[in-house]
Amino acid sequence: MPRYFTEEHEWIEVDGDTATIGITDYAQEQLGDVVFVEVPQTGAELAKGAEAAVVESVKAASDVYAPISGTVLEGNAALEADPELVNTSPDDEGWFFKLTVADKDELEGLMDAKAYKAFCDSL
Amino acid sequence: MRYLPLTDTDRAAMLDAVGAPSIDALFSDVPAEHYLDGPVEGLPMHATEMAVEKHMRRLSKKNLAAADAPFFIGAGAYRHHVPASVDHLIQRGEFLTAYTPYQPEIAQGTLQMLFEFQTQVARLYGCAVANASMYDGSTACWEAVAMAGRVTRRKRVVLSGALHPHYAEVVRTMAKFTEDEIAGSAPSLTALPDDDGLIARIDDNTASVVVQYPDILGRIPDLQRIADAAHAKGAKLIVVNTEPVALGALEAPGNLGADIVVGEGQALGVGLQFGGPYLGLFAITDPKLVRQMPGRLCGETVDADGKRGFVLTLSTREQHIRREKATSNICTNSGLCALAFSIHMTLLGAKGLSGLAAQNHRLACIAADRLATLPGVSLLNDNFFNEFTLMLEVDARQVVRDLADKGVLGGVGLGKLFPDVDALKNGLLVTLTETCSEEDIEALARALEEVLP
Amino acid sequence: MNQINQSGWKPGTPVASSEDVKHPTVTGNKALMLEEPLIFEIGGADTCGVDLPNTPCELPNRLGKFARKEPIGLPGLSEPETVRHYTRLSRQNYGIDLGLFPLGSCTMKHNPRLNEKVARMPGFLDVHPLQPVDTVQGALGVIDELSHWLITLTGMDAVAMSPKAGAHGELCGILCIRAALEARGDARKVVLVPESAHGTNPATAAFAGYETEDIPANAEGRVDLDALKARLGPDVAAVMITNPNTCGLFERDMKAISDAVHEAGGLVYCDGANFNAIMGRVRPGDLGVDAMHINLHKTFSTPHGGGGPGSGPVVLSSALAPFAPLPFVEKQSDGSLRLVEEENMEDHHASSFGRMTAFHGQMGMFTRALTYILSHGADGLRQASGDAVLNANYALRQLEDVLHAPFGDSGPCMHEALFGDAGFAEGFSTLDLAKGLIDEGFHPMTMYFPLVVHGAMLVEPTETESKAALDQFILAMRSLAERAKAGDEALLTAPHHAPRARLDEAQAARKPRLAWSEPED
Repeated sequence: MPRYFTEEHEWIEVDGDTATIGITDYAQEQLGDVVFVEVPQTGAELAKGAEAAVVESVKAASDVYAPISGTVLEGNAALEADPELVNTSPDDEGWFFKLTVADKDELEGLMDAKAYKAFCDSL
Repeated sequence: MRYLPLTDTDRAAMLDAVGAPSIDALFSDVPAEHYLDGPVEGLPMHATEMAVEKHMRRLSKKNLAAADAPFFIGAGAYRHHVPASVDHLIQRGEFLTAYTPYQPEIAQGTLQMLFEFQTQVARLYGCAVANASMYDGSTACWEAVAMAGRVTRRKRVVLSGALHPHYAEVVRTMAKFTEDEIAGSAPSLTALPDDDGLIARIDDNTASVVVQYPDILGRIPDLQRIADAAHAKGAKLIVVNTEPVALGALEAPGNLGADIVVGEGQALGVGLQFGGPYLGLFAITDPKLVRQMPGRLCGETVDADGKRGFVLTLSTREQHIRREKATSNICTNSGLCALAFSIHMTLLGAKGLSGLAAQNHRLACIAADRLATLPGVSLLNDNFFNEFTLMLEVDARQVVRDLADKGVLGGVGLGKLFPDVDALKNGLLVTLTETCSEEDIEALARALEEVLP
Repeated sequence: MNQINQSGWKPGTPVASSEDVKHPTVTGNKALMLEEPLIFEIGGADTCGVDLPNTPCELPNRLGKFARKEPIGLPGLSEPETVRHYTRLSRQNYGIDLGLFPLGSCTMKHNPRLNEKVARMPGFLDVHPLQPVDTVQGALGVIDELSHWLITLTGMDAVAMSPKAGAHGELCGILCIRAALEARGDARKVVLVPESAHGTNPATAAFAGYETEDIPANAEGRVDLDALKARLGPDVAAVMITNPNTCGLFERDMKAISDAVHEAGGLVYCDGANFNAIMGRVRPGDLGVDAMHINLHKTFSTPHGGGGPGSGPVVLSSALAPFAPLPFVEKQSDGSLRLVEEENMEDHHASSFGRMTAFHGQMGMFTRALTYILSHGADGLRQASGDAVLNANYALRQLEDVLHAPFGDSGPCMHEALFGDAGFAEGFSTLDLAKGLIDEGFHPMTMYFPLVVHGAMLVEPTETESKAALDQFILAMRSLAERAKAGDEALLTAPHHAPRARLDEAQAARKPRLAWSEPED
């Protein structure tokens, strides 16, 4: 399944009409120990660029923005009890939320894995 | 200049090391036209410790201290006896001259105290979590209103008419800027609080209902009924308590359906101090809402060696990290007052607090019965703790004034608190604590008899 | 066996000690380093440290049906146990009384004990805020006299005394600004804040209903005047500027900034947290400031108390004075003082924006601050700011060869010296140096603030330090800087000699435990 990346260090994995969104290994490394994640409510309508989730470490809090528009299908309930999943498994178990893909064209401007790696290296 | 250790020799050596000819030269970034070349004009020069003490004592003598008169004033600030050990302990330099415990390895004293304090407040209020304190009761009240707005995403606030008018005024002032809608009213002059009237004002857009317990006239509202009505509309119940000693005798608000309980903690350990610094208490019953709480929180953890220790935690809610998204712009709590409260509470324990409450209540009952026998005086309250309202036949503000001339600080005229509500002006709010004797009550009765027409 | 001070610990239980502890003790104590349990672990439901008068068994009950049904669950301690508990706790704290406390932007100066003595005079301590006004003329006199000093020292027109602390004062100032703008029918929406500002500035502006925008700094660490001028316009309500700024530098262009803001129809808020550097030497009123809060707990020596209470009076220009919150003290024609509240407001008070707190502000802090001010006098305050600035420059110049000083070439610093972590070995951070400082017997400096410098260390010695104390601090800092650059691994686990090693803040935040509860069996 194709995986896309944003400059805000989010990843989006698209499976048909459904997108799963999380933050990258680079992002969790920068944040340090994640202590709390607030995921969006099921059914929430998110516009591209809207604040969708909050991720907190001991010393920092960051907003996670919706990289594409869509309706929230599910937030990752496991993060409530185990926010450290974002540190231990950012690409997999530490996913944040799933969206319906409203407009596939919005995926156009996003990076692929290679471009994202180059982007991180340039930072 | 006894507070400045540098000598002229030191200064010369240090200027030399810095490479500046004079201290003035270190201010070279200040434009010359705005730099003062000598002490600010029109102000006195430095003074000896003895001279300053004398000056301040002279000012202090122009005040009538509560201890020097039969004293019956309350209305949000209460005079209780503070054990000598409280004041001794809070003056230990390690408490007095410490900063906010941001370096927990060398601040366990303050942190453990705050953890104990939070637990004491939570238990007193019947809540799950209390924060490490706020400025005072009135600002804590506003913070509760703001929190309820965040949680419910609603903008309408229903204030009980019998909420302390200064608290209501703080809420109204802040709401002007946050564009919350405040539904207030004047208190009704009834023997019991007008719970029905309050309940009738709760609607589907109401974020919170704010009710004082006991209220500004000393009456005790039925919290459970109000809570049920608020919750039926999806609103939060905020209970305000200005006299923590009352909770030694009354059921805790958290056990009666309150969602947020806030109050003034001054009555224990802090002293009157002409209005400040005081101690804002803030607690919630649902621990899941803790990330919406304002103020500092202290939590338990372990250190690298596995020993129990305490840290300030969940600080990402606060202004220094969240900046414009913080839950509140406050960064200071009322640490030393929290310490005084906590020490006093530790000395009392549950047994002492309920004993103290019983004594306060007993004296209030004696006073209410005695004063109500005076001609032209009647007791408004059907229920009360240590504070009640007497109805006179004249403006109570003048009566208070006349009582002061007779050396009795006899209470607060309701016209002072509610200048816009003409119907209340004959009400006199009288407060009794353990510091009042039965002789004091007699002195008030006699003085009242003399000054009433 | 378990660790002292862990849930479930009871007095009389031996304490486990790890293998590597030399000379373990069964109690976990180490002579004068005493562990202390929680009151909930040593107190009893029947213990009381206060004697109450005997009351009759038959008590009246006018509580209606609301009497408490369950016991409260608060443990009590006798007086000797109480004194010992809190004395032991106090010994796990660092305070100014113990040593140098160079916490930048917090101004940890000596807290004179005369202040404490005066604040406890019965005429100040034992006075109710609602007493008849002629029984509190001395208290109003303190407010009036302190107000006069604050207005004169800052060259402003008026002062609002009721704000409870710095951030509350900031809010007061911004609300005055909003009220003034609204009074002239001008609904501006934006407040400009330099990127080096205290976090309270944007939080306060947001609370007051404003959007905030950053103003960039120039290479010197000062506000970029041209960028600011370019942003000014009819939508800008105010700028909030800290002067001296959080990089420890005086904003040379302050007057030009104020003039430009005023010309564009906005107002100038100055964060007065750093007033200690310039008191008695510069009057913010001369620089065009419209509102500035003064932290009495920083500049005027009232104790920080482990996190408050503070006090944050706000001095105001003539443009803002009419909007100050209630209550305030006014002198009457016969020389007596009165308190203006809702009760006795007159027409000329009608533009006050409202009330910020139940009573009259932090009276207990006013008496302390006035005592301090009178002790120093106009000449002493000037000497104090000079000594504070000299001490900071001395620290800056004695350390800049071993620590990166990003603005070391921007001229003399004010009351604080700013360093960054450039040059530290891989994996070593400002935090490690700070924790090493604890082992050396000092409180760490402010860390990671301002945000504009990587790994910032903000050192504010204040005028309280002698040259000998500073030399000792410099010795420690030089040694720690060398160790951080050389990659001395012992620093990574410092402190080694404090009552606790580094605490697990992630665990505290993930599974918050914010109140004590009976341990589960």
